[in-house]
Amino acid sequence: MKNHLSSARWNPYVVGALIGVLSLITFALADKPIGMSTAIAQASGACALPFAGADGVAANTYWAKKAVPKWDYGTLFLLGSFLGALGSSLSSRSFKLQAVPSLWRDRFGPSVPKRLAAAFIGGAVILYGARLADGCTSGHGISGSLQLAVSSWTFFIVLFLSGIVTAFALFHRGGSAGAR
Amino acid sequence: MTPLLAFITGSNLLWAGLFFGIVFGWLLHRGGVTDYNVIVRQFLLQDFTVLKVMFTAIVVGGLGVWILHGQDLANFHIKPAAMLAVVLGAVLFGIGMVVYGYCPGTGVAAIGAGRLDALAGFFGMIAGGVAYALSYDWVAARILPVADLGKKRLPDLASFPEWVWYAGLVAMAAGVFALVARIEKTRAAFHPNA
Repeated sequence: MKNHLSSARWNPYVVGALIGVLSLITFALADKPIGMSTAIAQASGACALPFAGADGVAANTYWAKKAVPKWDYGTLFLLGSFLGALGSSLSSRSFKLQAVPSLWRDRFGPSVPKRLAAAFIGGAVILYGARLADGCTSGHGISGSLQLAVSSWTFFIVLFLSGIVTAFALFHRGGSAGAR
Repeated sequence: MTPLLAFITGSNLLWAGLFFGIVFGWLLHRGGVTDYNVIVRQFLLQDFTVLKVMFTAIVVGGLGVWILHGQDLANFHIKPAAMLAVVLGAVLFGIGMVVYGYCPGTGVAAIGAGRLDALAGFFGMIAGGVAYALSYDWVAARILPVADLGKKRLPDLASFPEWVWYAGLVAMAAGVFALVARIEKTRAAFHPNA
């Protein structure tokens, strides 16, 4: 595996252990599991405000009860995650404006609009799935699995199977793609 | 019940969220999981960074939270096992994760690292959130109640003591790590430059 960002990459086991420690700190001190997709659903409610109006958003069961659009612990955690990665990438000189990742380019070509359109569609599908399952790789995959939740281990296993099937269907033509 | 140590409340909770988020985003970036190639190659079984990070976090966090919970120092937060919704959602999530190339957390962090496709996908996630909110009444009536087992933990399913489950978790993680190490060693022998 070529390591392009050797200076910016820490050992994945060390990073995993630190995320585990962060997780138990947030459980103990703030009574909050790590999660991300609820905050994005809250942000989607905020983005709907100009179109639906405050009354329209408040009339929606989901935004009224499950993902209220406001600045709270979860939405600030989302903002923090952006800022943390920004700080990490700038301080390790690995910040790079890039629209088309190399693996995508090798398989689907260098077109920027094509990649951005696919990312948009993929993003829509992933968040709908996350809300339907009531969690994402953070909320279910890490926070739920570490509590041995039945829902989270089901999510983890099915997500990986679905991802493997999708990845092989999209990228594994004659073994040429990906395995550079 | 409020756990004994949870002294971060009220408006301090907002600052704590921002701070914990910064640490999380920093770790995701340093772990390499804000990289499209790393995520997609995990599903192509060519790069195991994602599994290494997740399983280590689950073992360390799992043992830690279990111990804290045993001392009444932390609450569990279990999501309901609405099995139809969880399975359908996970299928969609897996498809979306490969096409997007990030998950919600790593996507937000990847925007911070300058990845413009992650930003386009963030707008997609906003659209997905709107779609879910608009369909929520139907989903809540037709999908969520199907095969809903409630807020169950694995230890609720079989009457082994808790420590047996955690020992199994550690053993499973060790097995996965050993298997991954073997695969990586075999590949390195065949592709010295890969």
